Amino acid sequence: MDIICNFPCISIVMCILGGIVSSALKGRAAKYLNAVLLVCVTVMSACVFGYTMMTGDSFTYVMGRFPAPWGNELRAGVLEGGMALFFCTIMMLCLFGGQEKLREEVEPQKLNLYYILCDLLLSSLLSLVYTNDMFTAYVFIEINTISACGLIMISQTGRTIEAATRYMIMSLLGSGMILLSICMLYDMTGHLLMENIHETLTASVTAGHFHVPLMITIGMICVGIAIKSALFPFHTWLPDAYGYSTVSSAAILSSLVSKGYIFLLIKVIYRVIGFDVIYASRVTDILFVFGLAGMIMGSLSAIKENDIFRMTAFSSVAQIGYIYMGFGLGTQAAMVASIFHILSHAVTKALLFLSASGLADVSGGSRHFIDLTGSAYRNKMAGVAFGAGALSMVGIPLFSGFISKLLFAEAAVRNSGKMLPALIVLAVSTILNAIYFMKTVIRIYTPAQSEQASVPVKKQKLFAAATVCLIALNVFLGLCSDWVVDLIGTGLGMFV
Amino acid sequence: MGENLFANYGEAVAMLLFGIGFANLLLQKNLIKKIIGLNVMDSAIYLFLALKGYIFGRVDPIIIDGDLNAERYINPVPSGLVLTGIVVSVSVTALMLSLTIRLYQRYHTVDLDEIAILLRKEGK
Repeated sequence: MDIICNFPCISIVMCILGGIVSSALKGRAAKYLNAVLLVCVTVMSACVFGYTMMTGDSFTYVMGRFPAPWGNELRAGVLEGGMALFFCTIMMLCLFGGQEKLREEVEPQKLNLYYILCDLLLSSLLSLVYTNDMFTAYVFIEINTISACGLIMISQTGRTIEAATRYMIMSLLGSGMILLSICMLYDMTGHLLMENIHETLTASVTAGHFHVPLMITIGMICVGIAIKSALFPFHTWLPDAYGYSTVSSAAILSSLVSKGYIFLLIKVIYRVIGFDVIYASRVTDILFVFGLAGMIMGSLSAIKENDIFRMTAFSSVAQIGYIYMGFGLGTQAAMVASIFHILSHAVTKALLFLSASGLADVSGGSRHFIDLTGSAYRNKMAGVAFGAGALSMVGIPLFSGFISKLLFAEAAVRNSGKMLPALIVLAVSTILNAIYFMKTVIRIYTPAQSEQASVPVKKQKLFAAATVCLIALNVFLGLCSDWVVDLIGTGLGMFV
Repeated sequence: MGENLFANYGEAVAMLLFGIGFANLLLQKNLIKKIIGLNVMDSAIYLFLALKGYIFGRVDPIIIDGDLNAERYINPVPSGLVLTGIVVSVSVTALMLSLTIRLYQRYHTVDLDEIAILLRKEGK
């Protein structure tokens, strides 16, 4: 069984090697290599997940057998294993679901580049999930940014290049701040491994040292990650980046890339700086306020939008706001709710982007609401999938969105100071969600008056399979939420 | 406060440079100036790191004449971090420059606002 302890490292190295090998392959071969890689990594992550569940404890993998204060480490517990498994599954579904679209939008000789970027993105996501070393985290944050930028601009139109440039600029501001805060942490503690930093910091906080630098560090790292994951005032890059890129990219970006950073923030909160120190610093109150603002502003922008992709992108801003609101509430229950929402949003947003592209395809490629009238009759699978995603986003029972809203509300009730604003905004945001998603669902199910309607639906086996899997996953999260919430709780317990 | 600032003037300069670079990357309209801002910002962080690793009166951590006494050398870890950081920043700069070239070829300007206006006119 000890061989499983090597799996986190092997899966990261395999993805990087896969990316390198793909650069010498043709598009089709790169696609198959990517599929094989994804399946292998999924199986390995499942093994890690199962192993940590069985032993009930986390394990640390020491790179090159250099002991703790000097070497580099990976660490896996239930939450890390589960997240890795989840990320791989979603990535696989996004890629399979968007494959037909990808073939239309990307030049055939550049197809292998797309899969190189996907391999590198997966490796960086896995590293962000598993790493125990702050500087390694920084390096993989940059790899993540670069490959995400490539995914945005793969279809090479003016729009996507501009969106990629804006994305890069905002991301680089964020990573600059993260790098500086990591340097300051190293300066204060003399360590880069999370546990060692935590030990030294706890000692100096108890002794009353480094109050000001620590506050600045916490602020910088939170703002840096907030910029990269598009929290409300920093979301300006998001609609273009998600709205105009090819559909697999949009689904992967919205459901995985921003979540990888948020997962890193959770690790920083628990394992580097410490839950109590972060909350005593009151930086989370600021995250709470911006989270609430994002929930409202994201939804308002989505209502005004006339383009189905940009509307879905703006809805992501609102959902990221929910996650940060959970951080801001500052209780264990709220943290569990946030992590559950990461899962729930990833499943739902991938489904929405895939089905939106299916709907646009049968409407002459137009993404505007007027042309989408009745498109659900033209592509039944996409219509059902969009309906299911919309219901989940609004928070109808049976779907995962309901559970995350319920968890947020429960957590808010237990926090007396922030209960009122959190509950009011939660209610308002739900109504706003309902307005724009139901508007869209009604639109696509309104029979079209003109006769342009009958575009033949192509055989889309992969697309249908991916959407069915995503709907099933969504319902699974909605129905077996107790089990998932327990697991998240156990995983968080292993963090400390 | 004032004494601290004077004693640590290296770090103070690094933070000032970081601010300058950050503001340029955020506020400039010209893409080339933005990239210069990015490089100033990253270099400021490397300056900060290098200062943190330097110990007055010691030499760089390359063993000469088999002298293994750790007291002789400065802390090698920040230097390693600076090297890694430089690699990252070079690749990011290359990517940004290539994006700028693409945009320039298409729109014949490096002003991000003008490009946004041109895109709106294209109306796609």
